Amino acid sequence: MSRRCAGVMVLAILLCGRLSAQAVDRAKPPTLPPPPALKLPAIQTATLPSGLTLAVVEVHKVPVVDVQVLVDAGAARDPADLPGLATFTALMLQQGAGTRRALDVADEAAFLGAQLNTTATADGAVASLHVPRRRLEAALDLLADVVLRPTFSDSEVARQRELRSAQLVQQRDEPVAVANVAFPAIVYGPGHPYGHPLNGTDGATAALTRDRVAGFYRAYYRPNDARILMVGDITLAQARGLVAARFGAWPQGDVPGLAGGTAPATATRAVYLIDKPGAAQSVIRIGHIGPARSTPDWYALEVLNTILGGAFTSRLNQNLRETHGYTYGAFSQFAARRLAGAFVALASVVTAKTDSSLVEFLKELRRIREEPVPEGELAKAKAYVTLGLPGDFETTGGAAARFREVLSYGLPLDYYDRYIGRIGAVTAADVQRVARQYIDPDHFDIVVVGDKAQIEAGIRALNEGPIVYRDLWGQEIK
Amino acid sequence: MPRMSSTTPVLLGLACAAGLSAQTLRVPYTTFTLPNGLQVLLHEDHSVPVVAVNTWYHVGSSDERTGRTGFAHLFEHIMFMGSEHVPTGEFDRLLEAAGGDNNGSTTEDRTNYYEDGPANALPLMLYLDSDRLGFLLPEITTDKVDIQRGVVQNERRQSYENRPYGLAQENIVDRLYPPNHPYHWPVIGSMQDLHAATLEDVRRFFQTYYTPNNATIAIAGDISPADARALVERYFGDIPRGPAVTRTPPPPVRLSADVPAVLEDKVQLPRVYDAWHTVKAFADDDATLDVVANVLAGGRSSRLYRRLVYDMQIATDVVAFQDGTRIDGKFEIFATARPGHELGELQRVIDEELRKLADQGPTAREVERARNTFEAEFLSRMERVGGFGGKADQLNFYNYFVGTPDYFQKDLDRYGRVRPAAVQRAVKTYLTGAHRVVLSVVPQGKAELGVKP
Repeated sequence: MSRRCAGVMVLAILLCGRLSAQAVDRAKPPTLPPPPALKLPAIQTATLPSGLTLAVVEVHKVPVVDVQVLVDAGAARDPADLPGLATFTALMLQQGAGTRRALDVADEAAFLGAQLNTTATADGAVASLHVPRRRLEAALDLLADVVLRPTFSDSEVARQRELRSAQLVQQRDEPVAVANVAFPAIVYGPGHPYGHPLNGTDGATAALTRDRVAGFYRAYYRPNDARILMVGDITLAQARGLVAARFGAWPQGDVPGLAGGTAPATATRAVYLIDKPGAAQSVIRIGHIGPARSTPDWYALEVLNTILGGAFTSRLNQNLRETHGYTYGAFSQFAARRLAGAFVALASVVTAKTDSSLVEFLKELRRIREEPVPEGELAKAKAYVTLGLPGDFETTGGAAARFREVLSYGLPLDYYDRYIGRIGAVTAADVQRVARQYIDPDHFDIVVVGDKAQIEAGIRALNEGPIVYRDLWGQEIK
Repeated sequence: MPRMSSTTPVLLGLACAAGLSAQTLRVPYTTFTLPNGLQVLLHEDHSVPVVAVNTWYHVGSSDERTGRTGFAHLFEHIMFMGSEHVPTGEFDRLLEAAGGDNNGSTTEDRTNYYEDGPANALPLMLYLDSDRLGFLLPEITTDKVDIQRGVVQNERRQSYENRPYGLAQENIVDRLYPPNHPYHWPVIGSMQDLHAATLEDVRRFFQTYYTPNNATIAIAGDISPADARALVERYFGDIPRGPAVTRTPPPPVRLSADVPAVLEDKVQLPRVYDAWHTVKAFADDDATLDVVANVLAGGRSSRLYRRLVYDMQIATDVVAFQDGTRIDGKFEIFATARPGHELGELQRVIDEELRKLADQGPTAREVERARNTFEAEFLSRMERVGGFGGKADQLNFYNYFVGTPDYFQKDLDRYGRVRPAAVQRAVKTYLTGAHRVVLSVVPQGKAELGVKP
């Protein structure tokens, strides 16, 4: 097979001779040596005079750097009359910046081998870069143009507005996308910062203008509360020099606080049915508003969710997929959010088993509240969360995602050093307590995107709440 | 077709990279082969205390027989349903309790499985993998086959039938390859064939293809090669060799005329797909065609994006790729029309740009840009030992496709050698000078919106 074969083969014979004496015991799985000590890369920070926070995680094994500029300009900031403005503004950062025209930005990034992305989530905007170390300086020049000197020309705004409006047409063909838009619309309602679609509506898209984009940018793209996270083949000293030279003059501004908003109290459980004639599957979302990321219960919630629907062997997936074969996968999550995130259990299930799937979902969601979790199941979930942690920090992108959570939600910088101990301390009683507190089947919003003609009667027969018809945006049908 | 997948579809990028001036990509490994034919690749990387076990069985959907399409992938699912000493469900439970994760995937050419986890879990991973290779059949019953049949049929619904344009690819290969060609059917298979699979099929497939001599295990991460070797010998040494797998490669296929086709789907915006036969993975021109795809539609500075999406604003998106596989290769371009525009308009622009590239070739900068993009992707794929596309999986990939596990730099060098003239020649040879399948995906009842031949 290879040049090394000769030497290797001799060793093989010796080892085989030794091992053949001991038969393999397959009757039980091997006892494992103790797990390796946790060795996470450290995060170092510095604050620039402008108030900008720089955070660096040194990872030197591959000559690449992952850069994330985190700005408090997420979709929760969208004005009531213009949902989608935050994601559109983030998108527009790349459509011309400094002296570069729109396609020049893309061309330059590709030429540098840099992945340049500008997006917004509900809680923040992110301009990110993933680039070979030797092209970092030039790529940071480009990133600084994009973040600090976007052009926002009328013609580019019009161009992206037209493109987005066509993409919203496509979104309606995609049952999973429809469910992902409808669920928050129903759970949070129009009065809450998380209640509108991230990419806006048809009407709001038509109303996007240069002035609104530039105004949003002026208000929220400020260094006061911004952070630049760099993970990879770089030191804090190098990063500080590179960032100060490019982002040092970013002017501060008065960034208003984020209003909490209110969501309607759900009076009762209800099933919201969104019709997709001929759909081969029904896309199911079950949940309600949950806690903010900052809750001290987060550790117990992570363990709870791992037991319920966060891993392959979790109850929902074992039941709906491995026992019944209704779906390719069933999961749950507590969304990490600055304000109250949502709890959601989800799956795409075969149309004919939509009602049966809802029965199994509700059974598991009630059981986790009613019965204490057996010790073995608890231990498995805790081990899965804690022992799997080092793998999350293996790549620059993976480590950046973990540390981004620390920076975005105001967690202490040594969060992950203490994390394992905190997860380890979660008891079965804790799991049951947070299950009862944060999973409330009496107030579930159950959203089903599927073929109404085939699934409605079965759902109605379950008698799990009134059926309410909604459109492809999760809105009332007029 | 992974056993589990995230909600975003991923084109498993086998397209690669270009001449790094200052550094050489190396993934040092040792290798040995057990007397039963199991080939093993070991790579040390102590940067993070994790280990990745990645097994390739050299069997894929191209080995399926008529009436049993989708079986290789269904079998991949059955491999997780337990084995003689590992009751159903325990494979996943034991691994998660040790902090590990796993998955599997099937293509036309091979089936792979991985376990990733903390470095101390290696003995468990090898115990589990060896038990299902040596002792699968006693635990598999018709009921268990039925469960995974249901899961896979739901995978087909979720990833293909209930996804806009999701049935396009199977309609393309159906027309690009004749019925007796092993690439004629999709990896996921047809509902009817999935329904027909029996326990006897499982037995026969297992005995034919799931043998130590038809597999390669790559172990990468925080390992001691001597210890890893001893463990592999302990757990896999007593599994008997199986019959040799023999295959007769099908004769090369070419289209003798353009093949127009229309597929009605639950979509509002029509999309056109052009597909050509090209060359197999690592053949001459395979890397060149990756560069062609990048120049045409790699990002927003590409030619087709600029024309269709940016300047003319008649399309919402455009994608191009070369897909080199073991027996053959294909090149595809697809673009989706904006409301109010017709596929014929898009097709005309695509043809104009292909003609221009065939007549004048790309600029030197375009080729360099593509090379730099590939180079960066290549570097990023060195960051991880596990998962799909991690170093263990790549060692297996190169081992199977070119016979040299540490082929990283050589692969990269292919892109460094691509010149504008070669790009121009590849466009002429494989695209403008050849026949193609032109598939129009249109709204239901609107067949007339298809591209006119």
